[in-house]
Amino acid sequence: MTNPTSSVATTGSPGSRALGLATLLGLVGLLVLAFVLTEPDVRIHPSTGQEIGQFDAVRLLYLHVPMAVITYVAYSLAAFASAGYLIKRTPWWDVTAHAAAEVGTVFCFLVLVTGSIWGRPVWNTWWEWGDVRLMTTLILFLMFVGYLALRRTAADPRVQARRAAVVALVAIVDLPLVNRSVEWWENRTLHQKSTLGELKIEDLTLFTLMVGFLVFLMVFAWLLLHRFRVGWLTLAAGEHQVAAAIKERRAEADGSEVASAVGETS
Amino acid sequence: MVRVGGRRRYRYGVPVIQLCDVVALLGRFPALAGASLSVEAGETVLLQGPNGAGKTTLLRLCAGLVRPESGQAQVLGHDLSVDGRPVRRQVAMLGHATGLYEDLSVAENVSFWAQAAGLDKSLAAQRATGALGRMGLDERLLSLPVSRLSAGQRRRTSLAVLAVRRPQLWLLDEPHAGLDQTGRDVVDELISDAVAAGATVLVASHELDRVRSLNPRVVTVAGGLVVKDTGGPK
Amino acid sequence: MKSLLSEAWLVASKDLRIEARSRVLTNQVAPFAVLVLVLFGFALDADQRTLRMFAPGLFWVAVLLCLLLAVQRSSAVESADDAATGLRMAGLAPVAVFLGKSAAIFVQLLVLELLLTAGIIVFYGSSVKNLFLWLIAGLVTALAVAATGTLYGALASGLGVRETLLPILLLPVLAPVLIGATRAYDDALGAAAVDGWAWTGLLAMFAVVASTLGALAYGALVED
Repeated sequence: MTNPTSSVATTGSPGSRALGLATLLGLVGLLVLAFVLTEPDVRIHPSTGQEIGQFDAVRLLYLHVPMAVITYVAYSLAAFASAGYLIKRTPWWDVTAHAAAEVGTVFCFLVLVTGSIWGRPVWNTWWEWGDVRLMTTLILFLMFVGYLALRRTAADPRVQARRAAVVALVAIVDLPLVNRSVEWWENRTLHQKSTLGELKIEDLTLFTLMVGFLVFLMVFAWLLLHRFRVGWLTLAAGEHQVAAAIKERRAEADGSEVASAVGETS
Repeated sequence: MVRVGGRRRYRYGVPVIQLCDVVALLGRFPALAGASLSVEAGETVLLQGPNGAGKTTLLRLCAGLVRPESGQAQVLGHDLSVDGRPVRRQVAMLGHATGLYEDLSVAENVSFWAQAAGLDKSLAAQRATGALGRMGLDERLLSLPVSRLSAGQRRRTSLAVLAVRRPQLWLLDEPHAGLDQTGRDVVDELISDAVAAGATVLVASHELDRVRSLNPRVVTVAGGLVVKDTGGPK
Repeated sequence: MKSLLSEAWLVASKDLRIEARSRVLTNQVAPFAVLVLVLFGFALDADQRTLRMFAPGLFWVAVLLCLLLAVQRSSAVESADDAATGLRMAGLAPVAVFLGKSAAIFVQLLVLELLLTAGIIVFYGSSVKNLFLWLIAGLVTALAVAATGTLYGALASGLGVRETLLPILLLPVLAPVLIGATRAYDDALGAAAVDGWAWTGLLAMFAVVASTLGALAYGALVED
């Protein structure tokens, strides 16, 4: 455990700073590629000859899709670490699970927001109930909002860790059922399906998408690293608190020995 | 271990409770900060000390409800840092709450808890009648829901529930608190009966005079430690 | 040595006996169920034809709201006078406690479903076209939500915030159940042309998974 009395003002380290810099550069590069260099989605309708397509809205593809993938990576990690905690019962697994879940939820929220913004010009609504993926992601988001709410309760840390682990695992096990039920539900209505399939993804578009995956993976790694460290330090501070509390308590015992002679207790 | 009169008793001299430098946490707070205590079979121990000293946690630890953070803790031969569960069925713990279901009657409560402890229905019924009688609970009270009972009557019901299990170790956390004279007498009788039957009894109490008549060993707890002990190994 | 099932039966009968005495279900939750149906009527400001179309969905939302109350009650019974510690001391297998409490909630839900079905027939003009499907889907869904509810009741207990934490933990997880049960009842009540039995199959799978996970996890949650 890190010595909490050392002057640790940040959770940064040479390695994480290097990663942070690279990530920042990557993000800039991605934004340039996505918003400047790539073409908007413009196609000619075969019969009417009109211009159709998603136009500039398609640029959100390069943000939305990579972030969605990262969300699933993050939540998978959270589930794996939760299982690890329940088996091994060491704090490392618990802190990892918490960090991954929290960062994952941030990404999940952004996926929903970019999905909604992307959908607005394409579907003409802010929310498309017919999009299976969006619906599943929304439920996933809500499940982990619950997870984070549980994490914030003032419970014994061990109790909280155990319960949170169960919540995360049940959420992940539930996810296929959620997906299946939403899919069946959408298929029986005449809702428009996800619009990803109709896009042509090649050359620069594909390259930008790949860059997107890489950059957001780096963003995730950077955020996860820092969030983990914060969690770890919090844990260490807690343990330090306990050690100090034990000392204090024993001192209390010495002081009160005289007062607690037989027959004179309150 | 000896069989006396069909019931298991530990030979005198065999330690029932062995605590060495036990730290027990309630969240981050060290309720016990290195307590050591050794109690042999058949002993009667009075735990005294100021409020917040750790008496309740000490009792709950011995009941197998609280896991020791560090130190050695053995009760009835079981290592508490591994698993507290085997201890629980052999111990009777009277806490601050009644542990009863308010909406059920006295008789139903005693019956449920007896069966929950592993007794089959007929044996449970048999022992229940005896225990309820010993607690001085009037027959007319038995079918009343617990919510209609006074605090003293509820305490006696809780004790009857515990008595049915015939435990080897009694852990009583302020059993006299809030009771009237009759209630207190009943508690004293229960303790003497338990002692006479060869059980080990730990009582945390501020009512020193009442328990004094049993000539107990007095253990003073303060600041999560055992600071004074009139008996036990040195 | 008591077997798991007899321990579960002990817990279930205890919970049901408490309900019989306190009548929380009949005096508080059942009226609430009817109230929810009425509130929907006000809110939707619709004629019976429209309400009939929505009836399956409204029915199951009402059931879920009642589930929250039933689970809260189940948990409160144990924490009221710290009977929960008594259960730990008695040495009952956690799995048995889980099964017993789920079973009690299951029975209570069946009663509520019956009442609510009468409610939608009266208030929304619904009619049960496929009695068998109505029965099976109702049973399976009750089982699924009772098991899940009991598990989450334990997850949310003892923290002082159970009332507000339980809904946000439990309801998202039950999304597939709400979707599935509504579609199954769409079929059973003739409100829409869907394959209710396929959905019931999904619900059954959920019920099995929920019961299994609940039984496994309950022990880990209750131990110290």
